[in-house]
Amino acid sequence: MGATAVQELDKVVIKFAGDSGDGMQLTGTQFTGTSALLGNDIATFPDYPAEIRAPQGTVAGVSGFQVHIGQTHIYTPGDQPDVLVAMNAAALKANINEVPRGKTIIVDTDNFKRKDWEKAGFEEDPLESGLLKDYHVIEAPITSLTRTALEGMGLDNKSITRSKNMFALGMVYWMFSRPLDYTERFLKDKFANKELIYEANVKALKAGYNYAETIEALSSAFTVLPADMEPGLYKNIMGNEATAWGFLAAAEKTGKELFLGSYPITPASDILHEISKHKHFGAKAFQAEDEIAGITSAIGAAFAGDLAITTTSGPGLALKGEALGLAVMTELPLVVVDVQRGGPSTGLPTKTEQSDLMQALYGRNGESPVIVVAAKSPAHCFDMAYTAAKLALEHVTPVVLLTDGYVANGSQPWRIKKVEDLEPIVPHEASKNMLNWQPYERDANTLARYMVYPGTPGYEHRVGGLEKDHLTGNVSYDPQNHEEMVKTREEKVQRVADYIPELEVEGAQEGELLVVGWGGTYGSLTTAVKQCEVQNRPVGHAHFSYIKPLPKNTAEVFSRFKKILVCELNNGQFVKYLRGELPQFEYLQYNKIQGLPFRVAEITREIKKILL
Amino acid sequence: MATTETQEYTYKDFASDQEVRWCPGCGDYAILKAVQRAMPEIGVKKENIVFVSGIGCSSRFPYYMNTYGFHGIHGRAPALATGVKLANPELSVWEITGDGDALAIGGNHFIHAIRRNVDLNILLFNNKIYGLTKGQFSPTTDLGFKTKSSPQGTIDNPFNPGELVIGASGNFFARVTDTNPKLMQQIFIESAKHKGTSVVEIMQNCVIFNDKVFAPYTAKENRADHILEVRHGEPMRFGANNEKGLVLKGFKLEVATIGENGVTEDDILVHDAHEPDSTLHMMLAKLHDPIVNGVIRDVPAETFELRMQRQVEEIERTSKFKSVNDLFTSGETWEIKPH
Ligand code: SF4
Repeated sequence: MGATAVQELDKVVIKFAGDSGDGMQLTGTQFTGTSALLGNDIATFPDYPAEIRAPQGTVAGVSGFQVHIGQTHIYTPGDQPDVLVAMNAAALKANINEVPRGKTIIVDTDNFKRKDWEKAGFEEDPLESGLLKDYHVIEAPITSLTRTALEGMGLDNKSITRSKNMFALGMVYWMFSRPLDYTERFLKDKFANKELIYEANVKALKAGYNYAETIEALSSAFTVLPADMEPGLYKNIMGNEATAWGFLAAAEKTGKELFLGSYPITPASDILHEISKHKHFGAKAFQAEDEIAGITSAIGAAFAGDLAITTTSGPGLALKGEALGLAVMTELPLVVVDVQRGGPSTGLPTKTEQSDLMQALYGRNGESPVIVVAAKSPAHCFDMAYTAAKLALEHVTPVVLLTDGYVANGSQPWRIKKVEDLEPIVPHEASKNMLNWQPYERDANTLARYMVYPGTPGYEHRVGGLEKDHLTGNVSYDPQNHEEMVKTREEKVQRVADYIPELEVEGAQEGELLVVGWGGTYGSLTTAVKQCEVQNRPVGHAHFSYIKPLPKNTAEVFSRFKKILVCELNNGQFVKYLRGELPQFEYLQYNKIQGLPFRVAEITREIKKILL
Repeated sequence: MATTETQEYTYKDFASDQEVRWCPGCGDYAILKAVQRAMPEIGVKKENIVFVSGIGCSSRFPYYMNTYGFHGIHGRAPALATGVKLANPELSVWEITGDGDALAIGGNHFIHAIRRNVDLNILLFNNKIYGLTKGQFSPTTDLGFKTKSSPQGTIDNPFNPGELVIGASGNFFARVTDTNPKLMQQIFIESAKHKGTSVVEIMQNCVIFNDKVFAPYTAKENRADHILEVRHGEPMRFGANNEKGLVLKGFKLEVATIGENGVTEDDILVHDAHEPDSTLHMMLAKLHDPIVNGVIRDVPAETFELRMQRQVEEIERTSKFKSVNDLFTSGETWEIKPH
């Protein structure tokens, strides 16, 4: 580490940005993995263009990866970067407004020629214009240094240029005193059959590391010490991966086979990819011909006794609406995962939003109640996927699990769970000695019907989308029966409130203001509320993972505060729902609809405005 | 193979307690009866049989069968049935559908089910009309036909179900009329034996909205001359005195009369339902006078669920993960020690 002093930092936010072909996602995940192994708390947020190959060198083609590491607990990928790595002029243009003055910017000067900055939309050379005068700028000819380092290895030009992200990563590793071995192991594995490429990447990585040390990239190198985390075995996990694993765990716990019917859609496809890898756990990933076949095949599998799920995003949920109604009518256990993205229509496929809540609650014909739950962070996706499966199987009803692009693609340390430590799941099935079983006979407490699957002799029965007789399940057009069934299906979902945890409040337990959120905004809201606490403005924070039904103590919690502020990444859907469910309270709302997560500062500003 | 238990079934064992509610005289009654008569002979226990349907007159079918059943939503029965079969490959899964359900709203699912070759038995009730919604034209309605939604006659070209099935690389296609209970029963048994997606088109008469649309074939006086019943390994002959047959002229099928123009019995084509090349099967499916009944194509092919099973076994053999716990602790992990 040379003679440079190492300074300790509490937390730091680094953003890697470059052209979508520059490998920034990989660079970011490597920095994340290395930091996680050092024991830092972490949160990440990838930000990439919708087009697979947007025009090179343009702002539209910029791909970024932001990582927040801390030696204290952190809950968000960070509002603004402390270090920006800009691999070209477009990456600088796309991010410069986000970087506070006085922070560090590393630029690859090889990609700041006239044609580069013109393409990026700068009017003059950003390195000369004075734009960066208040920043600590490290100008490094990263591309040509990589070329020099890899000279004589017998590699083609393209492969050499491709290694420049490792050079940049090496520089950042030095700046933050990270070891190289995690990435070396990763590269060895990734290029197992391409020895030369592996060597080139490692060489570039080390060259970058040494270069940073030689130029003393910063007056001192920094380090972020391990965070004070709950003891246990950890791994870094992404939201979609955690969702897939939650279902795999539920399948193993119940001894059921997992059936996923799905059609590829951004940003949900990674769940399909993950489950497709694990056929040996009895997981059947069926890539259907469309969204509708995705859910209907899952409904068929549920009828035949599998743990059945379907995964999608907003447009796909719209297509699945009719079939979801069929699952409501036939009262089958089914989990629908909606990884929300910006809408309406195709909207903003790679951006995050919470705008499918109304669709999840009401987006079907007829009175069609389902359980709606949401995950609040990448690791929490595991818990909520498991819980969704449990609720579906025990209450014999469809469940919609809402995640979003932000938690799905973000990552976080996950304290690894063991299947044997998870809550038991008892699928609601008819026992062999049930006399005179009827298809729509119900449990007195949950109102769940008793499942019997094809293959069971003596229990042959028919289900379907026509209204059912309340006991036999035969087709019934009886007016009284229809009203009774509509109310029963709603009541069945409402009774789930007896089986879910109560709403908890973080921060102040009563007082002036309660900040309310749901799903993926947890990190931003909790950080904001904690900051306010430090600044002597105690507020409470209630975050909903259970939306329909609401936790039983919701009204009681709300009544302890003078004001309620509902923060959402949409135009006010949860607040509208709360106004309908609990009209006795007055609600303030704060909404952001930019395809981006909340910044902590935006929330604290709003809180302060209200508390003035 | 029929087990002793299943041999004891009679058709009555497959009738549910639900009152059958099709219009009096509807062709569906005959089909229901033929299916109930075929069931005791397919060698499957009642509890292992599932009937799945979409929406339409025909799709009420599962309610009338005393087996497991699922009345789904419009057009989606192939996907429902696929889910049932993949969840439990031991089940014998039947799909009941109509021309609107399978070929209009469910066209996509229909062709993809066939392409994948999941072991499903699809019975397509083709009455060339929408019955349940009271008489609009369907994707199989003849060009120019007047219906409630085509008062000046249709301007849509119709689908020929057989052409679509074979075009979607189907391995089993048969056709039969609702007036021929014996042949229906036989064909249903054949389709059950076939491993993979089988499609049986049933020319079904809708007495209310499209009565006698198939009469040019099915009326007593027309049958012999306008329906050709094919049997594997037998010459394709028809006619009141069995005097006519199919011959290949160039690349076309033609009807020839034995004894005329020097045509002898030996010139008549012999039906080979098991021929993998589908060219001749396609021609037979497209022929409309005579129309071909019987099993037109029946070629063994590997099923989707078998391939799935094989992948599972392969990965089970090679994977080091026995429980998801092994997966969770794989890759890079780190330990935080109690302090
Ligand atoms: S409308 Fe036609 S197809 Fe439907 S039940 Fe009546 S006769 Fe049969």
